[in-house]
Amino acid sequence: MEKNSLEAQRKRNTAICATVFLIPVFFFLIVYIFYPIIDTFIISTYRWNGISADKTFIGLSNWTALIADKTFWTAFLHNIVIMVCSIVIQIPIGLLLATFLEFIAKKKGISKIFKTIWFLPYLMSSVAIGFLFTYALATNGGIISTVSGWLGGGNIDLLGNQKTALFTVIIIIAWQFIPFYMVYAMAGYSGISADVYEAAVIDGATRGQYFWHIALPLLKPTLVAGAILSLVGSLKYFDLIYVMTGGGPGTSTELMATYMYKLSFSQFNMGYGSAVAAGMFILITAVALVSNKLLNRGGED
Amino acid sequence: MNNEYKPKKTNPIAGAIGIILAVIWLVIAIVPFIFMILNSFKDKFEMLVKGIFQLPETLNWANYQEVLTGNFFHYLLNSLVVLAVSLVILLFISACAAYPLARFKFKLNAAIYSLIVACMSIPMHITLIPVFKMTQSMGLYDSIWSLIGPYVAFAVPISVFILTAFMKGIPVEIEESASIDGCSRYRMFFAMILPLSTPGLSTLAIYNGVTMWNEFSFAYTLTQSSNARTLPLAVWDFQGQYAMNTPMIMAVLTLTVLPMIILYVVLQDKLVKGMTAGAVKG
Repeated sequence: MEKNSLEAQRKRNTAICATVFLIPVFFFLIVYIFYPIIDTFIISTYRWNGISADKTFIGLSNWTALIADKTFWTAFLHNIVIMVCSIVIQIPIGLLLATFLEFIAKKKGISKIFKTIWFLPYLMSSVAIGFLFTYALATNGGIISTVSGWLGGGNIDLLGNQKTALFTVIIIIAWQFIPFYMVYAMAGYSGISADVYEAAVIDGATRGQYFWHIALPLLKPTLVAGAILSLVGSLKYFDLIYVMTGGGPGTSTELMATYMYKLSFSQFNMGYGSAVAAGMFILITAVALVSNKLLNRGGED
Repeated sequence: MNNEYKPKKTNPIAGAIGIILAVIWLVIAIVPFIFMILNSFKDKFEMLVKGIFQLPETLNWANYQEVLTGNFFHYLLNSLVVLAVSLVILLFISACAAYPLARFKFKLNAAIYSLIVACMSIPMHITLIPVFKMTQSMGLYDSIWSLIGPYVAFAVPISVFILTAFMKGIPVEIEESASIDGCSRYRMFFAMILPLSTPGLSTLAIYNGVTMWNEFSFAYTLTQSSNARTLPLAVWDFQGQYAMNTPMIMAVLTLTVLPMIILYVVLQDKLVKGMTAGAVKG
């Protein structure tokens, strides 16, 4: 009896102590994440401009409109295109760069120069990159137009053309994030033990053979995890595209987030903006749950 | 790492292609920066007439002078204040939360941990309208203080995730050597765990610091006047004034990137490691 109550006392102390330590974090999570999520779902059942007191309850009208909204699904499709292209472009190039650095690692000076410069794009904020490329790709006096001029071609308008805008933005996103995947793959390489190299050398492997038959299979789990990383990130994408194109021209670069933002803070249609935000939340959560499952399964292998 | 054991044989053609591709990527990575810096020293008309890759006739600091005599330092100061306050709060409360999650046995431990970590994938846009509303009703709209709450909240999940893993790695014997009962745990936290967590905290300071420094969406939504805006928005505001003046915009951009470049030169690998710390998960 005595012992049991002591035990219970100890458990209660632990629980109290844990609560004290966890309260501050939960204060911020509840105020700035949990409550706003609920509130967004509530606002999505109103017609409201965000400012006036005039707020009309309209039930699920915003949601039925959302499901039938072509722009929203176009935006979702663009998110998916960015997701797939990010994985297909960024990870292989990041891996190639890391492999190159790995092979020239002996020449410390040169490898350091390459590594230092290759990482530069990742130092810039999305907003700065957005502005820089808006000017660097300008139809008049942009980099591409200038190079095209040297080759005898005319000016090229990449961002103002509905057909090329999304692709251009995808390339710029790749420019920004390839350094990240390079560092990521480098970490993968440093995880391959020296014994593996030794064995490869003794067997007389060339670098090409070493890469395809030894390094690549060993790096596969790292690369798969890297791909899964970019799934959720691509669905949240906002800053760079909002700055560069604002979703245009037309809806050619519209994303879920840019659409939500413009509805809410340019057109002040906050009821419907909330429905878009909530729809985006549901889709992202679904993808996150599935990718977590994949990631955990990958870990067990 | 022992480089002596690396395979040395390379197909010479493959090697040449590798070097060419590496140099091409070097050019791709650096040309936009050259474009930015080169043109920031030009006069507006000089750039239009002479072309974008021409070296500037003289090192013309006029653009920088104009930017720096404007509101630039105000933006910089705002960014520094928001960053400092948010980081101090974030690191302290995340360490507090990570301690019981890493060390205590209690019923809801796993559930609470999963709940916090699951927040990593939540898009900020779902909170934007309510936070905007809240900020207005608290009277914080268009003030730098409105940014601290959202910045801390959205950085908590990854910070708790990394710190919990870090604290699990601190040997338990350190605590066992001192007796544990009830409240001495608070002393244990401040005297032992917090100081021992410094490497984890510094990685997180870099990771979250860079993220907050570059944050756009909340800053753009919750502030309006240049008095309350942070550095990433300086370009935005300058663009309103100088939309057609490319060299001026390039000067603003160069100045906003400069702090990161300086940090990169000073910290090098530490910065790279910190910035990619988020690679653990979404």
